[in-house]
Amino acid sequence: MNPKEIIARRVAKELKDGDVVNLGIGLPTMVSNFVPDDVEITFQSENGMLNLGPAPLEGEEDWDLTNAGGRPVTMGLGGVCFDSATSFGIIRGGHVDATVLGSLQVDEEGNIANWIIPGKMVPGMGGAMDLLVGAKKVIVAMTHTSSGQIKILKKCSLPFTAVKEVNMIVTELGVMEITSQGIVLTELAPGVTAEDIQLVTEPTLIISENLKTMEI
Amino acid sequence: MRNKVISKTDFVAKIHNGASIMVGGFMNVGTVVGIIEALLKTDVKDLTIICNDAGLPGVGVGKLIDAGKVKKLIASHIGLNPVAGAKMTSGEMDIELIPQGTLAERIRAGGAGLGGFLTPTGLGTIVQEGKQVINVDGKDYLLEKPLKADFAFLLGHIADKKGNVVYNKTTRNFNPLMATACETVVVEARSIVETGQLDPDHIITPHIFVDYIVEGEKS
Repeated sequence: MNPKEIIARRVAKELKDGDVVNLGIGLPTMVSNFVPDDVEITFQSENGMLNLGPAPLEGEEDWDLTNAGGRPVTMGLGGVCFDSATSFGIIRGGHVDATVLGSLQVDEEGNIANWIIPGKMVPGMGGAMDLLVGAKKVIVAMTHTSSGQIKILKKCSLPFTAVKEVNMIVTELGVMEITSQGIVLTELAPGVTAEDIQLVTEPTLIISENLKTMEI
Repeated sequence: MRNKVISKTDFVAKIHNGASIMVGGFMNVGTVVGIIEALLKTDVKDLTIICNDAGLPGVGVGKLIDAGKVKKLIASHIGLNPVAGAKMTSGEMDIELIPQGTLAERIRAGGAGLGGFLTPTGLGTIVQEGKQVINVDGKDYLLEKPLKADFAFLLGHIADKKGNVVYNKTTRNFNPLMATACETVVVEARSIVETGQLDPDHIITPHIFVDYIVEGEKS
Protein backbone atom coordinates (compact mmCIF):
# COMPACT_ATOMS: atom_id res chain seq x y z
CA MET A 1 0.00 0.00 0.00
CA ASN A 2 1.44 3.39 -0.90
CA PRO A 3 2.06 5.95 1.90
CA LYS A 4 -0.78 8.23 0.83
CA GLU A 5 -3.33 5.42 0.94
CA ILE A 6 -2.14 4.37 4.41
CA ILE A 7 -2.63 7.95 5.62
CA ALA A 8 -6.04 8.38 3.96
CA ARG A 9 -7.32 5.06 5.35
CA ARG A 10 -6.28 5.95 8.88
CA VAL A 11 -7.71 9.48 8.77
CA ALA A 12 -11.04 8.06 7.52
CA LYS A 13 -11.34 6.13 10.81
CA GLU A 14 -11.12 9.40 12.70
CA LEU A 15 -14.37 10.71 11.20
CA LYS A 16 -17.57 10.04 13.16
CA ASP A 17 -21.08 9.37 11.94
CA GLY A 18 -22.86 12.72 11.53
CA ASP A 19 -19.69 14.82 11.30
CA VAL A 20 -19.40 17.85 9.03
CA VAL A 21 -15.94 17.62 7.45
CA ASN A 22 -13.85 19.75 5.12
CA LEU A 23 -11.10 17.94 3.21
CA GLY A 24 -8.21 19.83 1.68
CA ILE A 25 -7.16 19.33 -1.92
CA GLY A 26 -4.74 16.50 -2.74
CA LEU A 27 -4.10 13.69 -0.26
CA PRO A 28 -6.91 14.75 2.12
CA THR A 29 -9.47 14.40 -0.70
CA MET A 30 -8.61 10.65 -0.81
CA VAL A 31 -9.98 10.23 2.72
CA SER A 32 -13.57 10.21 1.44
CA ASN A 33 -12.85 6.98 -0.47
CA PHE A 34 -12.30 5.07 2.78
CA VAL A 35 -15.23 6.16 4.95
CA PRO A 36 -17.20 3.01 5.93
CA ASP A 37 -20.73 2.67 4.50
CA ASP A 38 -22.38 2.88 7.93
CA VAL A 39 -20.71 6.23 8.70
CA GLU A 40 -22.49 9.23 7.22
CA ILE A 41 -20.32 12.30 6.76
CA THR A 42 -21.46 15.65 5.38
CA PHE A 43 -18.55 16.97 3.36
CA GLN A 44 -18.30 20.75 3.16
CA SER A 45 -16.42 22.49 0.37
CA GLU A 46 -15.34 26.07 1.03
CA ASN A 47 -16.24 27.29 -2.45
CA GLY A 48 -19.82 26.97 -1.25
CA MET A 49 -21.46 23.58 -0.90
CA LEU A 50 -22.52 20.84 1.49
CA ASN A 51 -22.84 17.13 0.65
CA LEU A 52 -19.88 17.06 -1.71
CA GLY A 53 -19.84 13.65 -3.42
CA PRO A 54 -17.24 11.70 -5.37
CA ALA A 55 -15.81 12.79 -8.71
CA PRO A 56 -18.25 12.24 -11.60
CA LEU A 57 -17.80 9.58 -14.26
CA GLU A 58 -15.94 10.66 -17.36
CA GLY A 59 -18.32 12.47 -19.68
CA GLU A 60 -20.72 13.36 -16.85
CA GLU A 61 -18.83 16.39 -15.53
CA ASP A 62 -20.85 19.47 -14.60
CA TRP A 63 -18.49 22.46 -14.63
CA ASP A 64 -20.95 24.45 -12.51
CA LEU A 65 -20.47 21.94 -9.67
CA THR A 66 -16.87 21.91 -8.55
CA ASN A 67 -14.69 21.49 -5.47
CA ALA A 68 -12.26 24.03 -3.99
CA GLY A 69 -9.68 22.94 -6.56
CA GLY A 70 -12.05 23.86 -9.38
CA ARG A 71 -12.53 20.20 -10.35
CA PRO A 72 -15.97 18.74 -11.12
CA VAL A 73 -17.63 16.83 -8.28
CA THR A 74 -21.06 15.35 -7.60
CA MET A 75 -23.54 16.31 -4.92
CA GLY A 76 -25.24 13.96 -2.49
CA LEU A 77 -28.96 13.97 -1.84
CA GLY A 78 -29.97 16.99 0.23
CA GLY A 79 -26.92 18.93 -0.91
CA VAL A 80 -26.96 22.72 -0.93
CA CYS A 81 -24.98 25.60 -2.42
CA PHE A 82 -24.34 28.99 -0.84
CA ASP A 83 -22.15 32.08 -1.17
CA SER A 84 -18.60 32.41 0.18
CA ALA A 85 -19.58 34.50 3.24
CA THR A 86 -22.03 31.79 4.35
CA SER A 87 -19.43 29.14 3.60
CA PHE A 88 -16.85 30.79 5.83
CA GLY A 89 -19.48 31.54 8.46
CA ILE A 90 -19.96 27.77 8.60
CA ILE A 91 -16.19 27.32 8.89
CA ARG A 92 -15.32 30.09 11.36
CA GLY A 93 -18.53 29.65 13.32
CA GLY A 94 -17.54 26.23 14.61
CA HIS A 95 -20.01 24.29 12.45
CA VAL A 96 -17.30 22.10 10.91
CA ASP A 97 -16.36 19.16 13.14
CA ALA A 98 -13.09 18.32 11.46
CA THR A 99 -10.79 19.55 8.74
CA VAL A 100 -8.06 17.49 7.11
CA LEU A 101 -5.15 19.37 5.55
CA GLY A 102 -1.75 18.63 4.12
CA SER A 103 1.24 20.61 5.34
CA LEU A 104 4.82 21.64 4.73
CA GLN A 105 5.66 21.84 8.43
CA VAL A 106 3.99 21.22 11.81
CA ASP A 107 5.54 21.80 15.21
CA GLU A 108 5.16 20.50 18.75
CA GLU A 109 3.05 23.48 19.81
CA GLY A 110 0.52 22.68 17.11
CA ASN A 111 1.64 25.51 14.84
CA ILE A 112 1.34 24.82 11.14
CA ALA A 113 3.04 26.28 8.05
CA ASN A 114 1.64 25.39 4.66
CA TRP A 115 0.96 28.50 2.57
CA ILE A 116 4.23 30.12 1.61
CA ILE A 117 7.94 29.42 1.08
CA PRO A 118 9.33 32.97 1.01
CA GLY A 119 11.25 33.68 -2.18
CA LYS A 120 10.30 30.35 -3.71
CA MET A 121 6.62 29.58 -3.70
CA VAL A 122 3.73 31.87 -2.82
CA PRO A 123 0.51 30.02 -3.56
CA GLY A 124 -1.51 31.91 -0.96
CA MET A 125 -3.49 30.67 1.99
CA GLY A 126 -6.83 30.21 0.25
CA GLY A 127 -9.25 29.05 2.93
CA ALA A 128 -6.67 27.30 5.11
CA MET A 129 -6.27 30.01 7.76
CA ASP A 130 -10.04 30.13 8.36
CA LEU A 131 -10.37 26.34 8.41
CA LEU A 132 -7.55 25.94 10.93
CA VAL A 133 -9.03 28.53 13.28
CA GLY A 134 -12.65 27.49 12.84
CA ALA A 135 -12.79 23.69 12.64
CA LYS A 136 -13.32 21.89 15.94
CA LYS A 137 -10.62 19.34 15.12
CA VAL A 138 -7.62 19.84 12.84
CA ILE A 139 -6.04 16.71 11.40
CA VAL A 140 -2.83 17.09 9.42
CA ALA A 141 -2.50 14.32 6.85
CA MET A 142 0.95 14.27 5.27
CA THR A 143 3.92 12.09 4.46
CA HIS A 144 6.26 12.08 7.46
CA THR A 145 9.15 13.64 5.54
CA SER A 146 9.53 15.30 2.16
CA SER A 147 12.59 14.28 0.07
CA GLY A 148 14.34 13.47 3.34
CA GLN A 149 13.46 16.83 4.91
CA ILE A 150 11.97 16.66 8.39
CA LYS A 151 8.51 18.24 8.54
CA ILE A 152 7.57 17.68 12.19
CA LEU A 153 9.69 20.23 14.03
CA LYS A 154 10.23 21.88 17.40
CA LYS A 155 9.30 25.16 15.77
CA CYS A 156 8.14 25.76 12.20
CA SER A 157 10.76 27.72 10.23
CA LEU A 158 8.27 28.81 7.55
CA PRO A 159 5.61 31.49 8.17
CA PHE A 160 2.67 30.15 10.17
CA THR A 161 -0.71 29.48 8.66
CA ALA A 162 -2.18 29.28 12.18
CA VAL A 163 -0.94 29.21 15.76
CA LYS A 164 -1.59 26.24 18.08
CA GLU A 165 -4.49 24.86 16.07
CA VAL A 166 -3.33 21.35 15.07
CA ASN A 167 -4.80 18.49 17.12
CA MET A 168 -3.53 15.40 15.31
CA ILE A 169 -0.93 14.35 12.76
CA VAL A 170 -1.36 11.22 10.66
CA THR A 171 1.58 10.07 8.54
CA GLU A 172 2.44 6.76 6.86
CA LEU A 173 4.55 5.94 9.93
CA GLY A 174 2.12 6.66 12.73
CA VAL A 175 -0.43 8.79 14.53
CA MET A 176 0.49 11.66 16.84
CA GLU A 177 -1.56 13.94 19.04
CA ILE A 178 -0.53 17.47 19.96
CA THR A 179 -0.89 18.13 23.69
CA SER A 180 0.25 20.93 25.99
CA GLN A 181 3.15 18.65 27.03
CA GLY A 182 4.26 18.02 23.45
CA ILE A 183 3.63 15.47 20.72
CA VAL A 184 2.28 12.14 21.96
CA LEU A 185 2.87 9.13 19.73
CA THR A 186 -0.31 7.06 19.94
CA GLU A 187 -0.08 4.64 17.02
CA LEU A 188 2.60 3.05 14.88
CA ALA A 189 2.15 1.76 11.35
CA PRO A 190 2.74 -2.00 11.02
CA GLY A 191 6.47 -2.76 11.04
CA VAL A 192 7.48 0.68 12.30
CA THR A 193 9.09 1.18 15.73
CA ALA A 194 9.00 4.24 17.97
CA GLU A 195 12.77 4.60 17.35
CA ASP A 196 12.20 4.66 13.57
CA ILE A 197 9.68 7.46 13.86
CA GLN A 198 11.79 9.47 16.33
CA LEU A 199 14.70 9.44 13.85
CA VAL A 200 12.63 11.45 11.35
CA THR A 201 10.95 13.74 13.92
CA GLU A 202 12.74 16.72 15.48
CA PRO A 203 10.98 17.11 18.87
CA THR A 204 11.22 14.27 21.37
CA LEU A 205 8.06 12.21 21.11
CA ILE A 206 6.13 11.28 24.23
CA ILE A 207 5.23 7.61 23.90
CA SER A 208 1.62 6.95 24.84
CA GLU A 209 0.98 4.34 27.54
CA ASN A 210 -1.57 2.90 25.16
CA LEU A 211 0.68 2.87 22.09
CA LYS A 212 -0.89 0.58 19.54
CA THR A 213 -0.64 -0.52 15.94
CA MET A 214 -2.29 1.73 13.41
CA GLU A 215 -5.40 0.13 11.91
CA ILE A 216 -5.56 0.64 8.17
CA MET B 1 -37.85 52.32 -16.07
CA ARG B 2 -34.35 52.42 -17.53
CA ASN B 3 -33.39 49.47 -19.72
CA LYS B 4 -30.48 47.70 -18.00
CA VAL B 5 -29.67 45.39 -20.89
CA ILE B 6 -26.71 46.65 -22.91
CA SER B 7 -23.98 45.22 -25.14
CA LYS B 8 -20.68 44.08 -23.70
CA THR B 9 -18.84 46.66 -25.80
CA ASP B 10 -21.00 49.49 -24.46
CA PHE B 11 -20.50 48.25 -20.93
CA VAL B 12 -16.69 47.99 -21.01
CA ALA B 13 -16.51 51.53 -22.50
CA LYS B 14 -17.52 52.74 -19.02
CA ILE B 15 -14.37 51.29 -17.44
CA HIS B 16 -11.52 53.75 -16.89
CA ASN B 17 -7.77 53.29 -16.43
CA GLY B 18 -6.94 52.45 -12.83
CA ALA B 19 -10.44 51.15 -12.04
CA SER B 20 -10.93 48.62 -9.24
CA ILE B 21 -13.00 45.61 -10.29
CA MET B 22 -14.40 42.73 -8.27
CA VAL B 23 -14.68 39.59 -10.39
CA GLY B 24 -16.85 36.77 -9.07
CA GLY B 25 -15.84 33.15 -9.41
CA PHE B 26 -13.69 30.50 -7.81
CA MET B 27 -11.06 28.94 -10.04
CA ASN B 28 -13.00 30.45 -12.95
CA VAL B 29 -16.23 28.69 -11.87
CA GLY B 30 -18.72 31.55 -11.75
CA THR B 31 -16.47 33.99 -13.63
CA VAL B 32 -17.78 36.06 -16.54
CA VAL B 33 -16.51 35.13 -20.00
CA GLY B 34 -17.77 37.69 -22.51
CA ILE B 35 -17.10 40.82 -20.43
CA ILE B 36 -13.45 39.81 -19.95
CA GLU B 37 -13.14 39.21 -23.73
CA ALA B 38 -14.64 42.64 -24.42
CA LEU B 39 -12.36 44.29 -21.86
CA LEU B 40 -9.31 42.70 -23.52
CA LYS B 41 -10.20 44.55 -26.74
CA THR B 42 -9.97 47.94 -25.01
CA ASP B 43 -6.90 50.01 -24.05
CA VAL B 44 -7.90 50.07 -20.39
CA LYS B 45 -4.99 49.31 -18.05
CA ASP B 46 -3.64 49.61 -14.48
CA LEU B 47 -6.63 47.74 -13.11
CA THR B 48 -6.97 46.52 -9.54
CA ILE B 49 -8.67 43.13 -9.69
CA ILE B 50 -10.31 41.63 -6.62
CA CYS B 51 -11.06 37.96 -7.13
CA ASN B 52 -10.81 34.80 -5.04
CA ASP B 53 -7.85 33.59 -7.08
CA ALA B 54 -5.74 34.30 -10.16
CA GLY B 55 -7.50 31.68 -12.27
CA LEU B 56 -5.21 29.86 -14.66
CA PRO B 57 -2.97 31.29 -17.39
CA GLY B 58 -5.24 32.06 -20.33
CA VAL B 59 -8.40 31.47 -18.28
CA GLY B 60 -10.73 33.91 -16.51
CA VAL B 61 -8.93 36.77 -14.74
CA GLY B 62 -5.74 35.00 -15.86
CA LYS B 63 -6.41 36.49 -19.30
CA LEU B 64 -6.35 40.04 -17.90
CA ILE B 65 -3.12 39.22 -16.05
CA ASP B 66 -1.55 37.73 -19.20
CA ALA B 67 -2.47 40.88 -21.14
CA GLY B 68 -0.67 43.10 -18.59
CA LYS B 69 -3.84 44.98 -17.68
CA VAL B 70 -3.64 44.25 -13.96
CA LYS B 71 -1.56 46.52 -11.73
CA LYS B 72 -2.73 44.95 -8.51
CA LEU B 73 -4.44 41.67 -7.66
CA ILE B 74 -6.21 41.12 -4.36
CA ALA B 75 -6.90 37.38 -3.94
CA SER B 76 -6.70 34.46 -1.51
CA HIS B 77 -4.81 32.07 -3.77
CA ILE B 78 -2.63 32.31 -6.88
CA GLY B 79 -1.02 28.86 -6.74
CA LEU B 80 -2.48 27.58 -9.98
CA ASN B 81 -1.37 30.56 -12.05
CA PRO B 82 2.43 30.59 -12.47
CA VAL B 83 2.17 33.72 -14.67
CA ALA B 84 0.72 35.63 -11.71
CA GLY B 85 3.51 34.33 -9.47
CA ALA B 86 6.18 35.38 -11.97
CA LYS B 87 4.69 38.87 -12.36
CA MET B 88 4.62 39.24 -8.59
CA THR B 89 8.29 38.19 -8.27
CA SER B 90 9.39 40.55 -11.08
CA GLY B 91 7.44 43.42 -9.50
CA GLU B 92 5.28 43.86 -12.59
CA MET B 93 2.12 43.20 -10.60
CA ASP B 94 1.37 43.83 -6.96
CA ILE B 95 -0.41 40.99 -5.18
CA GLU B 96 -2.16 41.19 -1.83
CA LEU B 97 -3.08 37.81 -0.37
CA ILE B 98 -6.02 37.67 2.02
CA PRO B 99 -7.50 34.61 3.77
CA GLN B 100 -10.53 33.51 1.78
CA GLY B 101 -13.06 33.89 4.58
CA THR B 102 -11.67 37.32 5.42
CA LEU B 103 -11.87 38.37 1.76
CA ALA B 104 -15.52 37.26 1.56
CA GLU B 105 -16.45 38.98 4.81
CA ARG B 106 -14.59 42.20 3.94
CA ILE B 107 -16.63 42.41 0.74
CA ARG B 108 -19.83 41.63 2.65
CA ALA B 109 -18.94 44.36 5.17
CA GLY B 110 -18.26 46.77 2.31
CA GLY B 111 -21.71 46.19 0.88
CA ALA B 112 -23.47 46.17 4.24
CA GLY B 113 -22.29 49.53 5.54
CA LEU B 114 -20.11 48.08 8.28
CA GLY B 115 -16.87 49.65 9.45
CA GLY B 116 -15.21 46.25 9.61
CA PHE B 117 -15.42 43.05 11.60
CA LEU B 118 -13.40 41.03 14.10
CA THR B 119 -11.99 37.65 13.10
CA PRO B 120 -9.65 35.14 14.75
CA THR B 121 -8.33 34.17 11.29
CA GLY B 122 -4.70 35.15 10.75
CA LEU B 123 -3.80 35.81 14.40
CA GLY B 124 -0.09 35.23 14.97
CA THR B 125 0.64 35.08 11.23
CA ILE B 126 1.89 37.52 8.56
CA VAL B 127 -1.77 38.49 8.04
CA GLN B 128 -1.74 40.19 11.45
CA GLU B 129 1.00 42.68 10.46
CA GLY B 130 -0.18 46.28 10.65
CA LYS B 131 -3.61 45.34 11.99
CA GLN B 132 -5.28 46.22 15.23
CA VAL B 133 -5.82 43.34 17.67
CA ILE B 134 -8.98 43.72 19.73
CA ASN B 135 -9.78 41.61 22.77
CA VAL B 136 -13.42 40.73 23.31
CA ASP B 137 -14.36 38.79 26.44
CA GLY B 138 -10.82 37.42 26.78
CA LYS B 139 -10.35 36.38 23.17
CA ASP B 140 -8.18 38.17 20.59
CA TYR B 141 -9.42 39.10 17.13
CA LEU B 142 -8.02 41.02 14.17
CA LEU B 143 -9.88 44.10 12.99
CA GLU B 144 -10.50 43.67 9.27
CA LYS B 145 -11.82 46.59 7.26
CA PRO B 146 -14.49 46.65 4.56
CA LEU B 147 -13.59 46.28 0.89
CA LYS B 148 -15.35 48.09 -1.95
CA ALA B 149 -14.64 48.64 -5.64
CA ASP B 150 -15.70 50.64 -8.67
CA PHE B 151 -17.10 47.70 -10.64
CA ALA B 152 -18.40 44.18 -10.04
CA PHE B 153 -18.57 41.53 -12.77
CA LEU B 154 -21.12 38.85 -11.88
CA LEU B 155 -21.87 35.64 -13.73
CA GLY B 156 -25.59 34.99 -13.45
CA HIS B 157 -27.36 31.84 -14.52
CA ILE B 158 -30.67 33.61 -15.10
CA ALA B 159 -31.40 37.32 -14.77
CA ASP B 160 -34.72 39.00 -15.33
CA LYS B 161 -34.80 42.33 -17.14
CA LYS B 162 -35.16 44.19 -13.86
CA GLY B 163 -31.82 42.74 -12.71
CA ASN B 164 -32.83 39.99 -10.28
CA VAL B 165 -30.29 37.19 -10.45
CA VAL B 166 -30.12 33.48 -9.69
CA TYR B 167 -26.91 31.50 -9.85
CA ASN B 168 -26.22 27.87 -10.64
CA LYS B 169 -24.67 25.52 -8.07
CA THR B 170 -21.09 26.42 -7.04
CA THR B 171 -20.89 29.32 -9.51
CA ARG B 172 -22.50 31.44 -6.79
CA ASN B 173 -19.44 31.81 -4.47
CA PHE B 174 -18.35 35.49 -4.36
CA ASN B 175 -20.86 36.82 -6.91
CA PRO B 176 -23.74 37.83 -4.59
CA LEU B 177 -21.32 39.48 -2.13
CA MET B 178 -19.58 41.52 -4.81
CA ALA B 179 -22.98 42.66 -6.13
CA THR B 180 -23.45 44.64 -2.92
CA ALA B 181 -20.01 46.24 -2.62
CA CYS B 182 -19.40 48.06 -5.91
CA GLU B 183 -20.38 51.36 -7.47
CA THR B 184 -21.37 49.84 -10.83
CA VAL B 185 -22.51 46.25 -11.09
CA VAL B 186 -22.94 44.25 -14.27
CA VAL B 187 -24.31 40.74 -14.54
CA GLU B 188 -23.42 38.57 -17.50
CA ALA B 189 -26.49 36.36 -17.66
CA ARG B 190 -26.57 33.04 -19.46
CA SER B 191 -30.22 33.67 -20.02
CA ILE B 192 -32.35 36.80 -19.66
CA VAL B 193 -36.04 36.39 -18.90
CA GLU B 194 -38.98 38.76 -18.57
CA THR B 195 -39.42 40.41 -15.20
CA GLY B 196 -41.81 38.36 -13.09
CA GLN B 197 -40.67 34.98 -14.34
CA LEU B 198 -38.34 34.32 -11.40
CA ASP B 199 -39.80 33.11 -8.12
CA PRO B 200 -39.16 35.95 -5.61
CA ASP B 201 -38.15 33.39 -2.98
CA HIS B 202 -35.48 31.91 -5.25
CA ILE B 203 -33.79 35.15 -6.23
CA ILE B 204 -30.30 35.46 -4.71
CA THR B 205 -29.25 38.95 -5.84
CA PRO B 206 -32.06 41.53 -5.63
CA HIS B 207 -32.38 43.85 -8.66
CA ILE B 208 -31.47 47.06 -6.81
CA PHE B 209 -27.82 45.94 -6.73
CA VAL B 210 -27.59 45.42 -10.49
CA ASP B 211 -26.97 48.32 -12.86
CA TYR B 212 -26.40 46.55 -16.17
CA ILE B 213 -27.19 43.20 -17.74
CA VAL B 214 -25.28 41.76 -20.68
CA GLU B 215 -26.09 38.58 -22.52
CA GLY B 216 -23.74 35.70 -21.79
CA GLU B 217 -23.09 32.36 -23.40
CA LYS B 218 -25.86 29.80 -22.95
CA SER B 219 -24.86 27.06 -20.53
